[in-house]
Amino acid sequence: MRADLSLIQDWISPGSRVLDLGCGDGSFLAHLKRTKNIRGCGLEIDPANIHLCLQAGINVIEQDMDKGLANFETDSFDTVVLAQTLQALHKPDEIVDAMIRVGKNCILTFPNFAYWRHRLSLLTGGRMPKSPQLPYEWYNTPNLHHCTIGDFDALCATKKIKVLHRTVVDDQHLHSTLANFNPNFFGVNAIYHISR
Amino acid sequence: MENTLKQIPADSVGIVSPQRLHFAEPLRLRSGRVIENYDLMVETYGTLNADKSNAILVCHALSGDHHAAGFHDAQNPKEKPGWWDCAIGPGKPFDSKIFFIVCLNNLGGCAGSTGPSSINPETGKPFGPDFPIVTVRDWVNSQARLADRLGIQQWAAVIGGSLGGMQVMRWAISFPDRLRHAIVIAAAPKLSAQNIAFNEVARQSIMSDPEFHNGRYYDFNTYPKKGVTLARMVGHITYLSDAVLSNKFGKDAIVDTFGRDLRSGKLSFGFDLDFQVQSYLQYKGESFSKNFDANTYLLITKTLDYFDPAVDYDGDLSKAFANSNCKFLVMAFTSDWRFAPERSKEIVESLLKAKREVSYLEIEADAGHDSFLLAVPRYMQALHAYMSRVAAEIISLPDISRESH
Repeated sequence: MRADLSLIQDWISPGSRVLDLGCGDGSFLAHLKRTKNIRGCGLEIDPANIHLCLQAGINVIEQDMDKGLANFETDSFDTVVLAQTLQALHKPDEIVDAMIRVGKNCILTFPNFAYWRHRLSLLTGGRMPKSPQLPYEWYNTPNLHHCTIGDFDALCATKKIKVLHRTVVDDQHLHSTLANFNPNFFGVNAIYHISR
Repeated sequence: MENTLKQIPADSVGIVSPQRLHFAEPLRLRSGRVIENYDLMVETYGTLNADKSNAILVCHALSGDHHAAGFHDAQNPKEKPGWWDCAIGPGKPFDSKIFFIVCLNNLGGCAGSTGPSSINPETGKPFGPDFPIVTVRDWVNSQARLADRLGIQQWAAVIGGSLGGMQVMRWAISFPDRLRHAIVIAAAPKLSAQNIAFNEVARQSIMSDPEFHNGRYYDFNTYPKKGVTLARMVGHITYLSDAVLSNKFGKDAIVDTFGRDLRSGKLSFGFDLDFQVQSYLQYKGESFSKNFDANTYLLITKTLDYFDPAVDYDGDLSKAFANSNCKFLVMAFTSDWRFAPERSKEIVESLLKAKREVSYLEIEADAGHDSFLLAVPRYMQALHAYMSRVAAEIISLPDISRESH
């Protein structure tokens, strides 16, 4: 399993209801079902992934989350997960609003644009950063709204969102001393556990 | 003429024959009326396994019947296969090597089950307009009796498109413990005013035909051919999309003709058939009218109009689903404007609200409502994927030995 997913599973209670936004082939939900007996549902738009979900017995709704989550009731899930997708959405702030409405708590992960290597790339090379987390060219990236840990903290403050946990991992998806010391500088991936 | 045996494709269920099953126990209907006894025409494909866990029920839509797959006549090379042959057969999504597939002609139908054209034992004449209006709930009650007769306590899945999908929903509501999966395709939680309006045009077409004789046309050795033709023409338009009609009749034309191919290359400046689409609709309507009973058409359009499972639950469909135990797969087609994806989404929303297990797919297809009958590749793949899971569950179901296929 992807390391960020492995880290966040500790915040998901056994037997809870989990909504995974952009659930891919459903393997994370399948894992949670197996290990924590959760009742899950995924949102996905890629037909190949949707068929893999069906085959694996994972509930999947074909829905573009850029169009909102209006069909989901308030508090209808215990946890709503959005992994590595926030920066690729048209209106990230609106999806955060929708997530904290639908879920009693939410987990978000995203690449931290203020990671020192990214800063260095801009500062010295004058080029858009590329890295294993951001492998794209500026013209073909699906990422529309890059943000930093500082930015997301500010968004949570503006929206009065409670940050239950915040952690960062380095490029090995490990917690490092440096990243804990200055997350916005040394953290590659940000992981937030938030609620209303 | 040479009497050639037809070539049966390897993925066909082959030559099949329906059975007529008699039910002697009276069936009380939603209307309060009672059908004293009745016959159901049933076709099955595949083999029921030892613990009867591999049975799936396929529910037909307005003009369908029990003949969903395969062929009836080995001698007739021109015979078309059953109405859902693309989905049922060895290696197909509803794999007859794995599942025991049951399809029946619903009560009130005209393909062998008791309906308006059957003889009323009290009068010795066809029921005609005396045949009671049956609802989706009544159908499902009769299907449950069929399941009892076949010894099937729980279906692995109940599946249907359009009006068939409505029966699937009713199964999940009325008999929550008797199905494990509900596959609802191109359906709606209830008809819209526009849907009912089209049905009303169809009914008025039939009833205003002088050959209708207040539904007793059998006694006059005739049938309302014009009325049923018209009804089917208007219905047929609603099953297709603008795009599919344009493509059908615009193949050689420039793009902006929108399928306005002429029949003879010039305008008649009269009320004759000028455009291909006119004769196509005429042909479709007329051939339908020869094989479909007018009273059944009237009855089934009413069955559609009356469908509204939320009505017993303060209009809240999610409450209707509150006790359902099965998993749901809901599918819609992008170009379907009769039961548009929005209508399927209403079903999904209610299921989510009821905290039921549901998957939803919106299949890109340009053939309109009729897409649910076609082998749209992604649609077939999705059904395949879902049914492979259903099959895996059968194999891993607890208890007793199982026949292997």
